[in-house]
This record gives sequence, C-alpha cells and structure tokens, in this order.
Amino acid sequence: MELQRKLAILADAAKYDASCASSGSSPRDSLGGRGIGSTEGMGICHSYAPDGRCISLLKVLLTNHCQYDCLYCINRASSNVARARFRVDEVVDLTLNFYRRNCIEGLFLSSGIVKSPDYTMEQVVEVARVLREEHDFRGYIHLKTIPDASEELLALAGRYADRLSINIELPTVAGLQALAPEKDAAGIERSMGRLRLHIDAAREESRPRAPRVMPGAAPKVAVAPRFAPAGQSTQMIVGADASDDRSILATSAALYSKHRMRRVYYSAFSPIPDASRALPLQAPPLVREHRLYQADWLIRFYGFEHQEIVQGDSGLLRLDVDPKLAWALAHPARFPVDLNSAPRELLLRVPGLGAGSVDKLLQARRVRRLRAEDLRALRVSPAKVLPFVSVDGHKAGTAPQQSAPAPRQQELFA
Amino acid sequence: MIARLKGPTDIEGFKRKARLLLKRDIRPDEVLWQSGDGQPGLWADEGFFTDVEPSMPFSVPAWIAPLCESALLHGDPGRFHLLYKLLWRLVSKRDQVLRHDELDADRRAAVQLAREVGREIHKMRAFVRFFPHGEGEALRHIAWFEPEHHVVEANGPFFVRRFAQMRWAIFTPERSIEWDGDRLSSGPGVDRSGLPPVDPGAALWLTYYENIFNPARLKLAMMTKEMPRRYWKNLPEAALIAPLTAQAAQRSEAMVAAEPTPARRIKPIRQKQS
Repeated sequence: MELQRKLAILADAAKYDASCASSGSSPRDSLGGRGIGSTEGMGICHSYAPDGRCISLLKVLLTNHCQYDCLYCINRASSNVARARFRVDEVVDLTLNFYRRNCIEGLFLSSGIVKSPDYTMEQVVEVARVLREEHDFRGYIHLKTIPDASEELLALAGRYADRLSINIELPTVAGLQALAPEKDAAGIERSMGRLRLHIDAAREESRPRAPRVMPGAAPKVAVAPRFAPAGQSTQMIVGADASDDRSILATSAALYSKHRMRRVYYSAFSPIPDASRALPLQAPPLVREHRLYQADWLIRFYGFEHQEIVQGDSGLLRLDVDPKLAWALAHPARFPVDLNSAPRELLLRVPGLGAGSVDKLLQARRVRRLRAEDLRALRVSPAKVLPFVSVDGHKAGTAPQQSAPAPRQQELFA
Repeated sequence: MIARLKGPTDIEGFKRKARLLLKRDIRPDEVLWQSGDGQPGLWADEGFFTDVEPSMPFSVPAWIAPLCESALLHGDPGRFHLLYKLLWRLVSKRDQVLRHDELDADRRAAVQLAREVGREIHKMRAFVRFFPHGEGEALRHIAWFEPEHHVVEANGPFFVRRFAQMRWAIFTPERSIEWDGDRLSSGPGVDRSGLPPVDPGAALWLTYYENIFNPARLKLAMMTKEMPRRYWKNLPEAALIAPLTAQAAQRSEAMVAAEPTPARRIKPIRQKQS
C-alpha cells in the first residue's frame, strides 16, 4: 500500500487519543550529537486542526488491525474501517521528515493489538529504539503502553520514551467490562502502578549527588537510568457509558494521587465511522468534556477536593456555569472574600481569579492596599469577580443567587 | 535630547545610554529615543553620550533586566521611552512601591510588551516551516517567516540547539539568520519572491493534517485563537482549513446517520492469560 494511504488510515485511527502534549520532559538538545531534536520543557503546538486541537506530535498507530473488540473504538475487530500497517522504518522516516520541516515536536505512537500484547509492544518499542539509537533523535517520544506487556518491554519503553501512557478508557470497572470485554481493569491498574515505580525510581536516582571517589579513579557521578522523564498520562472516555461526573472526578483524583499521573485526559465520546449499534451516536458532549477539564484543574491547582466539586444530587457538573462559579454559588456563606486580607487558599476560590492573578494580588498587597481598579489591571472580568469580593472602592455585595437549572446530558443508549 | 540607537534591537546601546541619562537624572519626557538606521539627525545630541567613565552601578530589582531584554524586541516605537521611564522611576525617584507592585500601570504596560514578544518567539518556533533545497553537500533547509516583532535573531540559538546537525536558514522581510553547521550568522532581510518554491514532499504533512482532524468536533474559534489568521499564508496546511471546515458538518452527520454495517469478520479473541 502506498505511504500516503497508510498515513491517512493510521492518522485517522489515532485521532481519538486526546493527548498531544510535548511538555515536561528533561531538557536536552542536538548539540554535539549525530541527529536532530530538542526538548526544553515547554511543549510547542506546531499547528492546530479546525477541531481546535493542538498538533504537536506525529500521532499515528503502528497498525489499526486489532484483536480486541472495544465497542467505543474505531479500530475494534468488528469494525469495517480500512486497515493498514506501517513498517518500523516508515514511521521512523515520517517522524524525521516532519521534524526536519519543523512540523512536530516528536512522535506519539500507539497500536492495535496484533498477535499478542508482547509482540505489539515489541514493535512499538522498536520504532523508538531505532529513532533514539540509530538516528540519535532527541525530540519527544510518547509511547502508548500495551497493558499486559512484559516487564522487560515496559522498562525498555521507559528508556526511550519521554512519556508513557495507558488508557483507563472508562471511569468504572463495570463500564470497561461492558464495553471493552477483552480489557482487564486490574491489569491496567497494575501496569500504571509498575510505571509509577519505575518513574519514581529514575527520578530519585537522577537527583544531583556527590561524586563518588574510588581509589585510583577519577571522581565520577553515577548516571541515572532514564525512565519516561515526562511521566505517565491516561485517558477516559466521557459519555460512552452511564458514569456521572462525580465518579469520573473520583477516579481522576485517585489516578493523580495513586499513580502520580501528569495528566488525565477526558475524551468526549465522538461519533466514529462504522460505529457500534450499542453506543450513543450523537454529537460529542463537548461542553461536558470542557467542564471536566476545568474541574480537573481545580483539583490540581486550586486546592479543591474532588468530592466538593459536583454540586447537587444529579452527580453531574453544571453545563451553564464553570465548576468554580458553581461552587461559589452553592456556598454563599463563604463570600465575600476580602482581597486585602484573605489567605491564598480563599482567594483561589473566587470565581474569575486565576492562580497567576492571585499571586500578583498577594505581591501587591504587601506594599499597598488593593483597590477595585486593580482587578481591571489584572485583566480579569470585574463583573465576574466583584460580586464575590470586598476591596477598597467596592462595597461588598451579596453574591448573585442563580438557581441551577437541571444539568442536561445526552441520552444514553437511545 | 535625542538618544539614537544602532537599530531596533540595540538593547546594549539602550542600557548604556540609559545609564548615562540616569546618572544625570534626565527626565523621561526630555528624551526622544530613535532606533532607525538612518544618518545621525540634525538634533542628535551625540556629544552627551561620549561619556565613557564607568558609571556607578544602580540598584535595580532583579525583574527589570529580563523585562528589558524581552520588551525591547517589541515593534512598538514607544518601548524605549517606557522602559527608560521605569528605570528612572526606580533609580531617580526611588519608587519602592513600583519595586514590588506588579499591578503598576507602567510596569504592566512593559510586561504586556514582553508577553507579546514572548508569544511571538514561541509562535515562530512553532510555525516556521523548513523545506529541503538542494542536494548532497548543497542540501539546506530553508524557511520563510514574517514575525510581528524583532524576534528573529533572538530565536537563532533555539533553532541551533534543535537542528545542530542540519544546515538551515530562516528568511524574513527584516532580518535573516543562517546556520552552516558551525556558526550562526545574521544578515539583512530578503524579498520572498527570491526564494525557491516549496518542495512536493510537504504532501505527506498535508495528508496527516487532513486525517488527524475530527470533523465531529469543529471548533474554529479555538483554532484561530491559537493559530491566528496572519500566520496562515506561510503554513502549507492552512489551505486545507476552508475545505475541511466546509465538509465537517456533512461528514459528522453522515457518521451519525449511517446504519452500522454488519461486521465483516470477528477475529477469535485471544485467550486471556491468567
């Protein structure tokens, strides 16, 4: 099959993975090397598709042949999509070609399961090995780990990759059993646990330490074995099963604390060509996905506990307002917050104030009183913030009471 | 008084002249900064700046130096005045609040310039598109880019670190930079018409762009926020945006409307190892 055609099929097959991050790895560059590539911590989005998503990596499947029959997946065994398979050298050449053109930061490689998990993982790792060892490629590599692959292959993958990921796919074990019968929730969990051990160990090893002096030898600092310096991430499909936002956020919080995920991605279940009859064939719940990302942010950077984010009994986030505003509206007794005296934790709870703005306010109030105009200087929306704060030049009002309309979610299994 | 700089990115010259001006406590309103490359004008007061005696070091907060380095690459002609005003307030007026207050209006204006410069530096790293030209020994990767601010030379070291083993050049209307594998050099800007056409190898990239797009999730506003239209003319894939967008609704409706087809084959499911 012609390369153009293969690329078309295997990029199309890969687009349901939301992650395209290329950030957070250990800094390195191509100076003094044989090849090309650098990562400097901050990821770069080299393009954007009309779906608003960042294109940072060449995101493809090695093959979309798959033995598994996960109902939500375009590549499931029973789907009639066109199938293709890259050779190892084809992926390597595409990666280097796009990289030289400055179109990408690196490669995100995943694969359908062919023959066995170990066989599949071997092929995926081989692409990374050739890039790193034969071409001295120093750009970013994200490998999707095949659950149930052997310990040795996992260790090898971590040596070549910046990031490893295993998709948890569905927020609950029951959901996974129903929609992805061949996947094993315990096995996924186990693999994530193993990855965390490796990542933590490598990080511990790479701490700067005193050079060791042996008699008769020059002092030498032990070089840490590398293991996925950009950590691990995972993805959950939203809207393919009946899980509510409360259980999704509980699962995320556990993933962050237990396996120290760098990111949990939420992927609104999207209509796919040749879809299974068992799933909702509707426009993807994009607003719900967006609210989940906002809630995720509150857990990671704003000191929120996952239990307190979803208001009311429906178990769903409000779609009409963001989760921080929803929390504030549900807790009028906690407001107004005095900008001139409240501690950081409380300022972070004010709707419309981001973490960066909070830090600027804290800095400024060390040397002077804060005024209402300062909010305009921060370029935050005064209309959004003022109802929840008191500050010089603004009399504390009462927070607007907004009644919560019942959250709507798309019909399941309609 | 006119303070003349060697060019739009003469940050060293700015620092040197600012130091002399501060030493004599010259108010910001009394200085007219010029950064054009023209002949010294009638009113240029070059005599003032011939003072070479080492000046007393001023105590300035740590944030001002990186702010200058970055904000002075902006295209705004008022940037030198603004940064000098900040220095003057800190040094001559001993403004203690300004030292700590990130919400001060002048400081905020300068930070905004620096932010826009930083963004343009980042976008240049993202949107420069190289294409190969020449063969064998003569192979070079070349790119054409039209930055908003004076960021081309500031970005040179980044591209060197990334493509140290390639020979490449980036041409822009204002400045050009080139890496021959050993040395980074810069030269005057060029006219785009003098560059060779893009090679056909970019076709694979277009195929990728077309197929990684999910028509069920059209979000054009999000795309244009991160990839503003002014960059499109130099991005080969941008030509696909209009057709992909036009077909998106129909493609995703078709996916929803299509009856699931009977499975062609279901492979035997591998026995799970326990």
